[in-house]
Amino acid sequence: MSEVGFLTVVHGMVFGSVFLLGFSAGLVALYSLRTAWTTPEGRLVRARRLPTYTWIMAASLWFTVLSGTFMVYPTYRAPAPGGTTELEDYPREYLLADSDRAFWHTFGMEWKEHVAWLAPILATAAAFVIALYRDQLADDIPVRRMATLLLCFAFVAAGTAGLLGALVNKAAPIP
Amino acid sequence: MTVELVEVTPTDSNHLPNGAAAAAILASGIGCTAFGVIVVLTEASSDIAGTLTLFQQVGPLSGKVAIALFVWLSAWAVLHKIIGPRQVNLRTTNVVASILIVIGFLLTFPPMFTLFGD
Repeated sequence: MSEVGFLTVVHGMVFGSVFLLGFSAGLVALYSLRTAWTTPEGRLVRARRLPTYTWIMAASLWFTVLSGTFMVYPTYRAPAPGGTTELEDYPREYLLADSDRAFWHTFGMEWKEHVAWLAPILATAAAFVIALYRDQLADDIPVRRMATLLLCFAFVAAGTAGLLGALVNKAAPIP
Repeated sequence: MTVELVEVTPTDSNHLPNGAAAAAILASGIGCTAFGVIVVLTEASSDIAGTLTLFQQVGPLSGKVAIALFVWLSAWAVLHKIIGPRQVNLRTTNVVASILIVIGFLLTFPPMFTLFGD
């Protein structure tokens, strides 16, 4: 496995997966943080843990998009030297060279590289709200609902980018 | 649509006013929409795409990201300064933010932004 290939794995299977796998637990924890469902002691424990959890999720998304954009993406879009006929080492050009494969770049990669950046913005806002209002999340329904919705939006963005990344890498693997 | 700012005395003095939450939520929506608009502008003009190439290896994406993050963080700082200490109508804020986020998703969807292609 090449160095960039290894970075691609770290980008998607480590950083990206931390958020995607942790999302379910975070969503359940946030959703169930209600006065009617918890004891005062339980709310206190959850309120103390939830900010750490959501900040880790937000940080993982930042690592994901930064590693993807500045470490993996340059290899993907590197131009092939003039006269090159074997384009497999130049994924973007390899995809665009064939009309049957071009879709994976014009739709797949174009969507992935853009929608991914919405995820850390949304997750950071959610983590901030959860951290600042942790002691009143159980009571403050509008704040809790919006923090939950922000996390869900972040998941949709990250999940879309992750799925597209896996598919594009299958069509044109990073060398 | 305007966000009505309703000054309400919190019933519990231990509760923080929700203005800081509203600022963070609204700013995230503004950041998402800003990113979508920049993507559309880049698609519409190759000159803009060239200008936004801050790092050659990354291409125009580097500039798109830089501007979007700047807009997001600036909006957050300004909104936090203005409404942070206040109690605001969070339902309206949440609706506006949700609309802005959806706009950001739509404008970063290739069939949408390629409509504005150069």
